[in-house]
Amino acid sequence: MSVLVFAESSGGKFNKTAFEATSFGRTVANALETDLTVLSVYMDDVSPLYTYGADKVLRVNNEALNTSDANVYANIIKQAAEQEGADTVIISLNANGYYLAPLVAVSLDAAYASNAVSLESTSPFVIKRKVFSNKAFANVALNTTNKVIGLAKNAFGVHENPVAGTAVDFEPTFIASKIKRTAVDKTTGKVTIADADIVVSGGRGLKSGENWGMLEELAEILGAATACSKPVADLGWRPHAEHVGQTGKQVASNLYIAIGISGAIQHLAGVNSSKVKVVINTDPEAPFFKAADYGVVGDAFEVVPALVEKLKAFKAQNG
Amino acid sequence: MKILVCISHVPDTTSKINFTENDTQFDKNGVQYVINPMDEYCLTRAMWFKEKQGASVTVVNVGTQETEATLRKALAIGADDAIRVDASATDSFFVAKQLAEVVKNGNYDLVLAGKESIDYNGAMVPGFMAGLLDYSFINACVGLEIAENTATAIREIDGGSETLETNLPLIIGGQKGIVQEADLRIPNMRGIMMARKKPLQVVPAVAAASEVETVKFEKPATKGAVKLVDADNLDELISLLHNEAKVI
Ligand SMILES: Cc1cc2nc3c(=O)[nH]c(=O)nc-3n(C[C@H](O)[C@H](O)[C@H](O)COP(=O)(O)OP(=O)(O)OC[C@H]3O[C@@H](n4cnc5c(N)ncnc54)[C@H](O)[C@@H]3O)c2cc1C
Repeated sequence: MSVLVFAESSGGKFNKTAFEATSFGRTVANALETDLTVLSVYMDDVSPLYTYGADKVLRVNNEALNTSDANVYANIIKQAAEQEGADTVIISLNANGYYLAPLVAVSLDAAYASNAVSLESTSPFVIKRKVFSNKAFANVALNTTNKVIGLAKNAFGVHENPVAGTAVDFEPTFIASKIKRTAVDKTTGKVTIADADIVVSGGRGLKSGENWGMLEELAEILGAATACSKPVADLGWRPHAEHVGQTGKQVASNLYIAIGISGAIQHLAGVNSSKVKVVINTDPEAPFFKAADYGVVGDAFEVVPALVEKLKAFKAQNG
Repeated sequence: MKILVCISHVPDTTSKINFTENDTQFDKNGVQYVINPMDEYCLTRAMWFKEKQGASVTVVNVGTQETEATLRKALAIGADDAIRVDASATDSFFVAKQLAEVVKNGNYDLVLAGKESIDYNGAMVPGFMAGLLDYSFINACVGLEIAENTATAIREIDGGSETLETNLPLIIGGQKGIVQEADLRIPNMRGIMMARKKPLQVVPAVAAASEVETVKFEKPATKGAVKLVDADNLDELISLLHNEAKVI
């Protein structure tokens, strides 16, 4: 019995979600009084994982990993779990995690809890997870020997817990990929909604896609990702990939700044997991003010440029 | 081509979420049910294949009799026939087991399901089905073309998208983008009339263990009142975000 975490990396660096999943894995391993093993792909230097409590790291690097078929990944996670005698597998839910976690669960005959935010008890094994589009939580008991937990992003947080870890090379067999990748279209050098600590989002109140310059400027100063409400994407002012809400992307950032967004229930459902919400809106009755922590009643076309200037001064002083 | 579209029967997006029986049951009182939005995008894409390339479209739901109105709506949008697996859909694995059985018995080439339902937000069913059937699987699909036996799909990844090719049979976890919002169809009178006559087959559930049991629901802690900052005093906003909220 032990706990296995799958740690993702991209571009030669661990994702923040890898550290969050490892932090959570440490907590689960402690509660179960067992060891924590982390499976890491593509990385030579895995020592950053020791900082978050990885007792042992399995390192794998192989041509066959360069695939978009989640089955290939699910299969090596299964092999790692079997080799290590791990009965609890933790996967962070970014796009790849959502794709592969259910496959891992089927291959291990494991019950699967997705969108998990915490471990409530070990006997019975109860996980708290987000349900009803962030409007509620459910405590669910996993009644199988093997368990897979899909960790919601930015719910548990990153917690240091240094241990003297060891790394070993892991040499699984690879199943054939059934899926061929023919093109990748990835914006480089831009913060993505998935990774962002701060998200700057605009709604129909901005009147036209041409007015997004000031939002992009605000986002750049804050190192933030840009997002938008659904009608803004449907009107073609912004790409669909920026649509957040119940039918778009979920945002769980530390700070969410909503500009010219009314705060419809479907919009809030997708952004409510953000820790701190700021609203800028001309209408003091806009529903978003009820869901926000801080608010400015004012015209975005005046408030945003002014805020950009003030933030520049603030950043110059505070680095 | 035989297409199966999985339809989840979910509370309307504006529903108030409450619980009863000591917070162990969802309170259905006054709740309107709809086709899960991501399933509706998938159904709309299936209709495109039917009309442009020739395909049969079957819709399926695992649920009790009360979900039939939702299946009829899918028929009114244009599906040819419907299957209801007669069981209470309490556990995603149980549901996926039932759907996999329907897929096997019907020999479908393409299975479309929303990547997630807006009630329990499991994001599990398409992947479970793929695992159980060992079919090709593409999740978070925002574009899909089929030519002969080959599917070309666009998958959303963090920070972009990628184009993938694979063979049928195929399971798709779909979302907005697989069709445009403007392509969604509101059933017309004729569609609704026709839907009443289309076949809706009720099949018994196969035995499957329930792996996950909901012990208790909980609502998030209620929020304190918003702190308003004057538009002429944005320094205060910056100071609150820096010193109080500690997010910048
Ligand atoms: C099934 C379903 C699913 C949906 N899913 C989503 C979803 O995932 N995401 C989503 O966002 N929506 C979703 N919606 C749509 C949702 O109901 C709202 O229609 C939408 O969120 C409104 O977008 P908005 O706030 O940008 O526009 P509006 O509601 O038009 O709000 C614009 C706001 O801008 C303010 N404003 C105007 N001018 C200015 C100015 N100069 N400066 C500052 N503020 C100004 C106004 O006071 C107003 O509050 C869904 C709807 C349905 C039915």
